Amino acid sequence: MNRTDDPHLDVGAYVLHALPADEEAAFENHLAGCTSCRLEAEQLSGAAVRLGAAETSAPPADLRRRVLDRIGTVRQDRPGPVASRRRRERRLWPALAASLAAAAALGGVAWWQSSEADTAREQSALARAETGRLADVLTAPDATITTSKLEYGGNAAVVASRGQDRSAFIASQLPPLAGDRVYELWYADSGWYRPAGLLPATGGRQSRVLDGRLGGATAVCITVEPAGGSPRPTTDILAFISLPA
Amino acid sequence: MGRGTGARTEGDAHGRPGRSADDSRLDQLLTRAADGDEQAFAGVYDALAQTVMGLACRVLRDRAQAEEVTQDVMVEVWRTAHLFRPERGAARNWVLTLAHRRAVDRVRSTATGRARELRAALLEQERSFDTVAEEVEVREEQRVVFRCLAQLARELRLPLVLAYYEGLTYAEVAAALSAPAGTVKSRIRQGLRRLHECLEAGS
Repeated sequence: MNRTDDPHLDVGAYVLHALPADEEAAFENHLAGCTSCRLEAEQLSGAAVRLGAAETSAPPADLRRRVLDRIGTVRQDRPGPVASRRRRERRLWPALAASLAAAAALGGVAWWQSSEADTAREQSALARAETGRLADVLTAPDATITTSKLEYGGNAAVVASRGQDRSAFIASQLPPLAGDRVYELWYADSGWYRPAGLLPATGGRQSRVLDGRLGGATAVCITVEPAGGSPRPTTDILAFISLPA
Repeated sequence: MGRGTGARTEGDAHGRPGRSADDSRLDQLLTRAADGDEQAFAGVYDALAQTVMGLACRVLRDRAQAEEVTQDVMVEVWRTAHLFRPERGAARNWVLTLAHRRAVDRVRSTATGRARELRAALLEQERSFDTVAEEVEVREEQRVVFRCLAQLARELRLPLVLAYYEGLTYAEVAAALSAPAGTVKSRIRQGLRRLHECLEAGS
């Protein structure tokens, strides 16, 4: 409500966690490309913390024991190099998807002050330069993230926003393709496949907003197709990524 | 707490410029906690639990809920410690920002009849800063912060206090004060900036 034209104005409310979720996401999107806003946010956040630190109150003595007991059983989120096989899938998520997960977990300024924000900031600025639409989907307040491994290598994440009726595909370590072939994305919708855009044969790290509307699609798929793409999949599905309803 | 009070280390071997020895020690504890060091985490708890609890009490005005939030925040600090980046700010700021976020989340999820409480809250806030800043018993940090708050013009102080301590969104603040939402946003920003300047100058 009452959207003002100058997004810089939001910085104070942002720092106080006083923006509603959609405006908070929009402001974070703005922060990604605004160095002076980031400096101001850091400065004002320091002042806000002083407001919060002014009063102290001793928690009951047994709270310390409860917390220390709990951490003995709570697994730390750790994207470090040493991890169990179960964790590896998560660690191999494209960095941006991991960032978004961290954003969802921490929320707002705390996320912005965290390491994951760096990647998102770079990616978001990059995305803005290429197409603002990608950043829009990635920062949508209702964005969901689904990840998958591809047959023959590579990792994929689909970020979908039912609100924006769009989704984005992010892949890392996609194997390069030989010959005149490309990757093609598909929306699986009511039992048939809708072409949703191509990814170059170079593979590696790729991200794009899918062509067309999300609509009633229940999954996003990827195949290898002849250069120029196909109207229907002509090879095996490399990944079938189901979307939350 | 001020610059040049000897408590500050000016970027020694472990510290960062403008960060006190206590802050640097806490940064190191949290960094070690991120590597699974439970003892280091206990140090983080001991240093910050009282402040987190104080903040949660202030926002929630309910000790039982504040205890729950304090516990949740501390466990979350443990779980997500690897996300902490010392170069972006002190560990203390990171933890307190998270604590404020969680307290606000809680107050919004349980808010019933908050509109009715608002008027009372307004009056209480007005009373507290003018009187508390004058009290002798309060801690130095509290006195500095409240003195700076009391120095703000009322129209800058109220939106700040309602948003931070009551967990209101700027739109709710606007409704409570019958002011345009854009004006409230701009006053929150201006108020925070003045507060920052006052704390830097006077602390």
